[in-house]
Amino acid sequence: MSHLIIAPVILPLVAGAIILLLYRRPGAGLAINLAATMALFGISIALLGGAASGAYGVYALGDWPAPYGIVLVQDRLSALMVALTAALALSALLYATSGALRRDGHFHALFQFQLFGLNGAFLTGDLFNLFVFFEVLLIASYGLLLCGEGGGRDRTRAALHYVVLNLAGSAVFLVALGIIYSVTGTLNMADLAVKVANVRSEDAGLLGSGSLLLLVVFALKAALLPLHFWLPAAYSHAAAPVAALFAVMTKVGVYAILRVYTLIFGTTSVAGAALDWLLPLAILTIVLAGLGALAATSLRRLVSYLVILSVGTLLAGVSLFNAAGLAAALYYLLHTTLVTGALYLVADLIARSRGGVGDDLASGPAPARASLGMLFMLGAVAIAGLPPLSGFLGKLLVLEAAIGHAGMAWLWAGLLGSSLLAIIALSRAGSSLFWHTSGESKIRVRPAALVYAALPLAASPLLVVFAEPVSDYASATAAQLLAPEGYILAVLGSSLGAIAP
Amino acid sequence: MNALFAIAIAILTACGVYLLLRARTYPVVLGLTLLSYGVNLFLFASGGLTQARAPVLGTQVTYADPLPQALVLTAIVIGFGMTAFLLILSLLARRDLGSDHVDGGRE
Repeated sequence: MSHLIIAPVILPLVAGAIILLLYRRPGAGLAINLAATMALFGISIALLGGAASGAYGVYALGDWPAPYGIVLVQDRLSALMVALTAALALSALLYATSGALRRDGHFHALFQFQLFGLNGAFLTGDLFNLFVFFEVLLIASYGLLLCGEGGGRDRTRAALHYVVLNLAGSAVFLVALGIIYSVTGTLNMADLAVKVANVRSEDAGLLGSGSLLLLVVFALKAALLPLHFWLPAAYSHAAAPVAALFAVMTKVGVYAILRVYTLIFGTTSVAGAALDWLLPLAILTIVLAGLGALAATSLRRLVSYLVILSVGTLLAGVSLFNAAGLAAALYYLLHTTLVTGALYLVADLIARSRGGVGDDLASGPAPARASLGMLFMLGAVAIAGLPPLSGFLGKLLVLEAAIGHAGMAWLWAGLLGSSLLAIIALSRAGSSLFWHTSGESKIRVRPAALVYAALPLAASPLLVVFAEPVSDYASATAAQLLAPEGYILAVLGSSLGAIAP
Repeated sequence: MNALFAIAIAILTACGVYLLLRARTYPVVLGLTLLSYGVNLFLFASGGLTQARAPVLGTQVTYADPLPQALVLTAIVIGFGMTAFLLILSLLARRDLGSDHVDGGRE
């Protein structure tokens, strides 16, 4: 059993604890944070290399065999999510070194704890452990949301709403776990998959309600309509590196939906009926996010609505529940996470260089650097889904996967219409930020900050250039997800015969 | 016993949800606390309510399910930490927003 699998969980935890001990020396905190995040990136690439062959890595904590102990499982999907998180975290952290956050001792510790929770959630093979890691990443995010300068009334209010809503969500999560445990007597995901497939018919309704409650919790994390109202306020008031890292937080909800409904509930059982809700809600989310983007009054709010739009698109791909849909969603997930993360950084640069006006979509001084306008345009083209960047490919894959599906007409109309709204909103934002100006701003942002903001954006052309290997990996991941027998066999192994009824 | 237990959970949850929907931060904190009490009891009952059984595998043939107890313990600890954080955040909101209204309306 390879100890590499637990490294993405242990490393941030230890690094975060050390940073806490060195709280009075933010310089040391920054150095440890950077070193740990870079090491995490290296580890995640190694994990990805191991997962690419399609092999499962199972790590039994304390060597307790599944289903009695907690296991960490590395497959193509979890390795991909860990690598994506590490890449996004590294660029967000590099950007943070160019701002005031680098001297904030709490930021560095919370940043590592956030990664601890994220990686744990992606790697765990136990449903209750997933809850625990959700709580870890949430409490770190509560702290991160309040980090950095420029807070004030709006941020505090957004944080209060975010925290209360997520605490209520945690209560629902526990109720769902209680229901599922009472029916199946296990919380190990692989063991659950076996038990759910053989559930007695009189328990099926109870299990179905547990499955629906889980969907509510994950939809809240993912910001699916009608549970998305917290997102624009919370994300648009977070400090830029924090908001960039939060771009992956909604994807935790998407990941959990993918994992739980492909592995445990499947499509055939009563419990899988939760998926019927997903496509209509996803399409409504897409439409509403397009309208929200149009109505946004600041650039960061606009980007927040684009995050919601991307969640809708992702879940639309997932809800098709075929190999093409899942593969399209995974490709789109890589693109949207990195590009929306980059857009938060670009929005922060624009706000910084415009001085008092910030990123409000109102007349103000023009940002001094022309390269900033180029960055904004690249990001806008990528996220709106115009060729030649990766958003176009991602949306094309999702649309293509819907061909022949009963909801195809609705999805096509919703996604294309909403993309048009996003293009209008983005071009209006760009013209009011860069053209409707009153003189030129004297504030020049540091070139290093520009480079760091461009880093995650560079993923978009790279995703197009390497579209074939990336989409091959996504297709292989989708195939692996739709054949959960391998996962179950890898986790339960020899005990499978003994516990199957 | 099951009915009594269910009624207790129902009352706790109903009170929790009612308080959660109030517009002041302190009732909201109390509501979340009550809600988590109800949820913890629910979780505790998920292994089936048993009386006079050994808590873990012992010499008896039947024993109480130990796992929900471990789950509840975890949930209590997490809930405790979250409540502490929420109280501090409510105080911060009282200072920043100028009132204890959850939307920060001025009085």
